[in-house]
Amino acid sequence: MDMSFTDDELAFQSEVREFLRDELPSEIVDKVAKGIELGKDEVERWHAILNARGWLAPNWPKSFGGGEWNAVQRHIFDTEAAAANAPRIVPFGLSMLGPVLQKFGSKEQQDHWLPRILDGSDWWCQGYSEPGAGSDLASLKTRAVRDGDHYVVNGQKTWTTLGQHANMIFCLVRTDPDVKQQEGISFLLIDMNTPGIEVRPIILLDGSDEVNEVWFTDVRVPVENLVGEENKGWTYAKYLLTHERANIAGVGFSQAGLAAVKRMARAENHNGKPLIENPHFAARVAQVDIDLRAMATSNLRIISKAAAGGAPGLEASMLKVKGSIIRQEINDLARRVAGPYAMPFASEALEGANDTIPDPLGAGPVAAQYFNNRKLSIFGGSNEIQRGIIAKVTMSGGRA
Amino acid sequence: MNFELTEERQMLQDTLRRYLREKYTTAVRNDILTSDAGLSADIWAELAELGVLGALFTEEMGGFGGAGFDLAVVFEELGRAGVVEPVLDSALMGGRLLAAAGKSDMVEQVIAGTLHLAVAHGEPGGRYDMDYVHTKADGGVLTGRKAVVMNAEAADHLIVSARDGDAIALYLVAKDAKGVDIQGYPLLAGGRAGEVTFDNTPAEPLGLSLSDLQAATNLALVAISAEALGAMESATHLTKDYLMTRTQFGRPIGTFQALAHRMADLLIELEQARSAVINAAGYLEAPDADLHLSATKNLIGRIGRLVAEESIQMHGGIAMTQEYELAHIAKRIVMADHRFGDTDYHLERFIALSAA
Repeated sequence: MDMSFTDDELAFQSEVREFLRDELPSEIVDKVAKGIELGKDEVERWHAILNARGWLAPNWPKSFGGGEWNAVQRHIFDTEAAAANAPRIVPFGLSMLGPVLQKFGSKEQQDHWLPRILDGSDWWCQGYSEPGAGSDLASLKTRAVRDGDHYVVNGQKTWTTLGQHANMIFCLVRTDPDVKQQEGISFLLIDMNTPGIEVRPIILLDGSDEVNEVWFTDVRVPVENLVGEENKGWTYAKYLLTHERANIAGVGFSQAGLAAVKRMARAENHNGKPLIENPHFAARVAQVDIDLRAMATSNLRIISKAAAGGAPGLEASMLKVKGSIIRQEINDLARRVAGPYAMPFASEALEGANDTIPDPLGAGPVAAQYFNNRKLSIFGGSNEIQRGIIAKVTMSGGRA
Repeated sequence: MNFELTEERQMLQDTLRRYLREKYTTAVRNDILTSDAGLSADIWAELAELGVLGALFTEEMGGFGGAGFDLAVVFEELGRAGVVEPVLDSALMGGRLLAAAGKSDMVEQVIAGTLHLAVAHGEPGGRYDMDYVHTKADGGVLTGRKAVVMNAEAADHLIVSARDGDAIALYLVAKDAKGVDIQGYPLLAGGRAGEVTFDNTPAEPLGLSLSDLQAATNLALVAISAEALGAMESATHLTKDYLMTRTQFGRPIGTFQALAHRMADLLIELEQARSAVINAAGYLEAPDADLHLSATKNLIGRIGRLVAEESIQMHGGIAMTQEYELAHIAKRIVMADHRFGDTDYHLERFIALSAA
């Protein structure tokens, strides 16, 4: 048992810190620190900076232009990046589609699509969920029917994150309705500019427009855009989900969020003293701090197992549940600190209104973030689904 | 012992509930939320016409209610429908303070729905502390800044707390008086507020002190707790319906025990919240009213958070969308915790009052 980083890992940590200090633009840091959504150009700018350093795709093999970092290196980068208020890397091309193409794509698909993910030529989004297929993803109904050299796609996807920026979408579609649900699904790459595709924004309860509905009406997709074999899409989807779970605990985000809560609570006055000195509030903060310290070590335990070649299965579900609860608890603390000033709202719908929003703690829209991050326990397999997996694997010997 | 509403209150509840169900739909409210004014003048006039504003005042004040249970009935319905019009701040708090000051002509206009008020008390850095007042009154003029003043822009008059020497007193200020500046903004849960500054602004002393403001705040605590209760009833109702209609894995999701038990817990906690609001309304005039009000506000804060979060979680993504009713209702519930002292504030106050 040795809980310290090795000399190599410490050297890497310094390298990451230096890079973030020198290369991360301060305008972007300001926005991320306040939880303000970044524009497409800002995300692309950060991706380009990382790509120039060769750090945009740390999880990819070197043969595909990646960094081939091990799990500990990735953890170090994620933690340092979150502490520095770097933006989250948009995962759809880099963390989700990339690994699927590397494992199941054809040589032509790999040569064509992977470099375009790295250089920002394509912005990918994910076409998985449907209005009737959320937790029960395998019940998806979007149909793809073979017609000569094309598939003709009809249906609807939803919760498509940042679909408004995307020019490409990877989709799960039903190619065989007459077999067991999981055995009639295929994995298609679709150009968002194809006639018959319509993207409609979904306005969320915090006023944000990060998710969309994507409608397909007689959309013709060339057969060369099928990944792997027809009707084997569920296998690829499950493989993708294991990659979606990298950094699933969000330890870095929680650490950065808790530091912000403490900073705000030192500045906020309560009965003539800083709020952080108030026993009730201090107890709330301490409780989350204690939980987070334990989870950070759980995260490291699983990471070092993964670095040694073990595959996280059950543990990923546990980290997802615990990690989302802790992050949401920190969002709850942040809105409490702000007191009456949690109520004002910078709404996208009310143009020009945002200049007068008072923000004495420099906290940003903490209550809006509290509501927005309710999504953490819903998306990517809700916490109920994760608990189901944990129970099934532990108690009836099933597989994750 | 009788926990039934009186005939008059039952009628008020039925009338208001029917009116809001028909008129205050999600679509109507979403239009109000994105409007410049942040409130509907038509709805306000109709609430006055229905007698909803009059129910907040006693007969001596020119109304026909004014007791704790009248407030509870009105605000529970307003909360159930997610009403954003400033009944609490403008009519209840503003109106009752003017009534305490003997301004019966103005109270009459409040009840008629023709006069809007704002109570400007909290200040930047003051959080929920009642006696944190740095605005100065000196020779009939006020100078200072007030934080998150509800309904400031729509108000014809503001009721402002200020210090004259050591004593805190309340003053009446016309909105268009010299030296008044309002920086308005929308609120996450609907409606509008503003940062208000006074610079040598002429003001009329109302002859009211901090204890009068505390009494009005006690009314507001009953109101905000009842409003949160009504909103929680809507949230649990929507959740129960959704669990019975949404199918995944070939069956309604409410048939999964993991969700069914949590739904049952919400219903149990909702009854706790209902009883807490009854305590607040019933003990409003009691010698130990403050203790009861803090108990209620603390419980509503805790259960409100549970109901809002669990309702969203059990729905899934749909509850995250602006156009679905629960989104607004959940925001009303959680944001109620940021008014007149939050869960922790009232826990501390309850401890202090229990020890006394």
